[in-house]
This record gives sequence, structure tokens and C-alpha cells, in this order.
Amino acid sequence: MVLTPAQRLLRAIAAWAVVLLFAFPIYYWITVSLKLGRDIFAIPPKIFNFEASAKSYEEVFGISLGFEQGIAVLPGGGDFYMAPRLMDSIIIAVCSTALAVVIATLAAYALSRMRFRGQHHFVFWILSTRMMPPVAVAIPMFFIYKDFGLLDTYSGVVLVHALMNMPLAVLLLKSFFDDIPKEIDEAALIDGASRFLVFRKLVLPMAMGGIAATAVLCFIFSWTEFLFALTLTQTGLKTVPVVSSTFVTSTGTAWGNMAALGTAAMLPAFVFILLVQKNLVRGLTLGSVKQ
Amino acid sequence: MMTSALKGPRFMVSDHPLPWLLPLIIILVVFALYPFFYNIYLSFHEFAPRKRALVPVGFDNWQQLFADPRMWSAFYVTLFYTGVCLTIQLVLGMAIALLIDSDDRGFGFLRAVMTLTLVIPPAITGMMFLLMQDSQFGLISWTLQSLGLLSPATPILATPSLAIWGVILADVWQWTPFMVLIFIAGLRSLPRDPFESAMIDGASAWQIFYRITLPMMSKVIAIAVLIRGIDLFRMFDYVYVMTSGGPGTATYTLSLYAWEQTFSFLKWGYGATLSLLALFVILIAANIFVAVFKVRW
Repeated sequence: MVLTPAQRLLRAIAAWAVVLLFAFPIYYWITVSLKLGRDIFAIPPKIFNFEASAKSYEEVFGISLGFEQGIAVLPGGGDFYMAPRLMDSIIIAVCSTALAVVIATLAAYALSRMRFRGQHHFVFWILSTRMMPPVAVAIPMFFIYKDFGLLDTYSGVVLVHALMNMPLAVLLLKSFFDDIPKEIDEAALIDGASRFLVFRKLVLPMAMGGIAATAVLCFIFSWTEFLFALTLTQTGLKTVPVVSSTFVTSTGTAWGNMAALGTAAMLPAFVFILLVQKNLVRGLTLGSVKQ
Repeated sequence: MMTSALKGPRFMVSDHPLPWLLPLIIILVVFALYPFFYNIYLSFHEFAPRKRALVPVGFDNWQQLFADPRMWSAFYVTLFYTGVCLTIQLVLGMAIALLIDSDDRGFGFLRAVMTLTLVIPPAITGMMFLLMQDSQFGLISWTLQSLGLLSPATPILATPSLAIWGVILADVWQWTPFMVLIFIAGLRSLPRDPFESAMIDGASAWQIFYRITLPMMSKVIAIAVLIRGIDLFRMFDYVYVMTSGGPGTATYTLSLYAWEQTFSFLKWGYGATLSLLALFVILIAANIFVAVFKVRW
């Protein structure tokens, strides 16, 4: 459609207005993390004119950032010292991503290159695990883990997060492998190379971009997951989304600290999502819509 | 015969997919199939506090399920939430996609900003909207009160008729961009010819959208509806952090009700039964949808 200059300007204004409206809650949340208590509860709410402070971050991470004098920072001592919880989240996200991507890469290669009876049903079985409500896995898993001593352990959450990401990883990687011409494999197989050699030396290097994008998405979904992490952990470890829901105390909600932790959890995910822009839609639709 | 003997078992060297699929099959069996059957086992048992053990109860849980008014209420809330969110996100998502699908300067940046909400942990989104909808100092409440649209006496998340809309607002904010991004990808993959001939024939913008864009986008729209619909139906995070199902039972979804029965009221068997109900409803609905709209992976 050809727009006149005036229509183009109007469209640009409308587009910026809509996008800023969507970005605004993120900005507002970040300002809460920088506010002192009295500014958080100010009426009317303060959007720009507040006094910035790093106090919430210092309490959450147990480090003195040196902006203010005279604030005692207790590493490991304060109620809101959350650096270990951030570590828990990182360990779980990294390990479950690695596990999911390795297993899914092998399976996706086979699904892309080989034909077997019932393949369609197998793919649909993988897809249907994406449909299961997490609560229908978390409830039996809690009792199974209790029997096997996996409750409240890294391995327990890592395994469940890997399962949760498996449909995404398998179907997305399959779509990336499908993009690589089969003729490459066939030529090498005729020359006498084994399947595994073809996979490792030829196809894998060509699929690296897709594997990286898949890994980033798995990381993000593990990073943001709530229900499994809530159900399968108790006191030993807690991920960031779970622990931030516990900042509601008897003396009120520690909004500043919660916003500081929330912001710290959002920023790495923002960096990651900008890295995979090109493959994002493909990832969100499990490989079925390509950009 | 000779060659296969030389090369070892056919299984190892041939194109047999099993060795490649085995790790995946193991993890799906152990972490998807086994819990599923364990869940069915649980649904025929109940925790007896005095014995501190599971005792078999036959079909009691399943009979209780269909006679339980709170289950029906949770079911209705879940359907309402799914339907409303899906409709708003579809319409809004399409409108915003058409708006920001442009190659003019700056639009690439706008599309990148739209992706940010998707990676915020939903539990933290819930907290953001809990703060903004606080009846005393919340930004959204304050804005609505200043505009005269909301009385200070009706806190959004503590008023039965409004609470679900407070949760819907958080969902719409976080997930409309999901639709926007998928629709933009769909719009960009459309061929140009039909649009050009339609314009030559003097079709209006609305006619072009309704008669050409929408039908050609149907596959993309179907996939977006399927994925989002599944996620909406099993939603847990927002209600858990924002309302805990309250006030009363106004925002109990099936997932939250099942979780609470199991872990707060120690009705292990009944909670499992409720979660199975959610599972069956999703699987049946999704399968019908896939068949009717011919969604292919």
C-alpha cells in the first residue's frame, strides 16, 4: 500500500505510541528498583522525578556499590540477600539447556533425515508433551521425586526443565536440519562415510546457528519457568521467579528489593532475546512459521 | 549377507533411527509417560492423614470431580480467561502487526522492543501488575481513579467482578507481542501479486485485508491460536502471585485449583484427578483443533 507522507508520519507516531505503551511497565519496574521506600508509595506515583538509589540492589546482591555512605551491607546476612538464588537459576538454566539441546539435536537429525514407520505419530507424541499442563506433571513428579530423593535438588529441576523444553528443541532443530539439503548427506554416504561422521563433520557445523538459537530459547524458558521450580524445590534451592514471589512479608511487600531482583533477572534475558531476533518467531511456533 | 556380516549388525551402521532417538524416548518415557500413569494411579487413591499414607478409594475422586461446584467454577474461569485473552490478543496482535510491519526507519527498533515482554518471568510480570494495580499507590489504579473510571473503594484485584480483568491485563500485556511477532512473520511471507492486482482493481484497504490478507494468513493464525490457547488454558503463574485464586473463588483456574488441592489441602488424589481433567481437556481440544484446521508440523 502506498502511503502519503502525512499518512506515513501518522503511522510512525501511532507505532511509537503503541510500542512505548508496551515498554512502559518495564521502565516503571526498573524505576521502582531504584526508588527509596517513600517514593515507591508516593501518590501520585512518581515516574520521572524520584531520587535514584542503589540501595535495593545492594541489599539483594550483598555488595556495596559505593553510591551511598553509611549503609551497612550484610553479605549473606540480610533478609533479601539473593545472590545464591541467582546462581541457582543460572545452574538450572544452563544444565537443562545443555541436556535438552544434546538430546534434541540427535533426535531432530534422525527425524529430519530418516523415515520410519509411525514417524508422524512419534512427532505428534513429542508435540503433545507440549500440551500437557505443567500442573499435571508437577503433581505426580513431586511424589516420584520424594521417593527417589530428587526433591529440592538441582538434578530434579534440571531434568524436568529439560523435558519441558524437549518439544520446542526437537521440532525447532528438525526445522533447521530440514533447511540443510539432504543431497549433502547422501553424497557423503555414497562415498562411504558413516551416518555419525556425516552428522558430526558436515551437518552439525552447518546447523550451528540454529542450535545456538534453540539453546538461547531453552535457556530463556528455563529461566522464566515458575510452576515446576516452585513445586519441586523447598529450602535448599530456589530459582529467581520463585523467590521473588516470597518477598511479601508480614510487614509489607519489599517492592524495591523485588524490583531489583526482577530487573536483574530480566536484563540477561533481554540481551539473549535480542541475539535470536532472526529465529524468534520460528522458535515461538516450534519451527512451523519461518521468518 | 556377506557385506552386512562384514560391517557388523545392520542396526549399528544403517539408517536405523533408534540410536538417535533413544535418549529422547527415554526422557519422554521417564518424565512424561511415567508421571502420567502415576497421576492416574494417584487419582484412584487419596491421602489418609491418620494413616499418613495413600489409600485406594476407587472412583470416588472422579465422582467428586463432576459434583464439585468449585471445579465447575474453576473450569468456567479457565474457559472465560482463555477465550477473552485469546480474542483480545488476536485482534490487538493483528492490528499492531499491521501497524508496525513497515520498512521505514525506526520500525526495526520498534519490533525489537516488542519482543522484550516475552522473556520476563511471568511470576515477575504478575508482581509488576500487582504493584501497578495496588488500590492505594498503584499506577494503573491511580490513573483510572483520576480519570473517574474507578472508585477508590473498589480495589481491582480484591473485587470479585474485576479481579479476573486485572489478571487478563497482565496476560494481554505480556503475550500480545507474541501474536504481533508471529503475524508480522506471516505478513512478510505473503506473495505480493494478489495485493497488486487487488489495488489495480480498486479494492478498498478493508476489502484487501478481509478478502486477501486474512485467508492467506489462516495457517499462521491457526498455529498462533493453538499455541497461545494451550498456554492460556494451563495458566498458573499470574493467578498464583496476583490473587491466589481470590477474592473468593473468582480467579481460580483449573491449574491453580489442582495445585492447591494437592499441596495446600493435602488432597493428593483429588488434586491429581483435577490435573488429569485439565490434561484431557487440552489434549482433546488441541487434537480437534489440529484436525479441523489441518495444522501440520
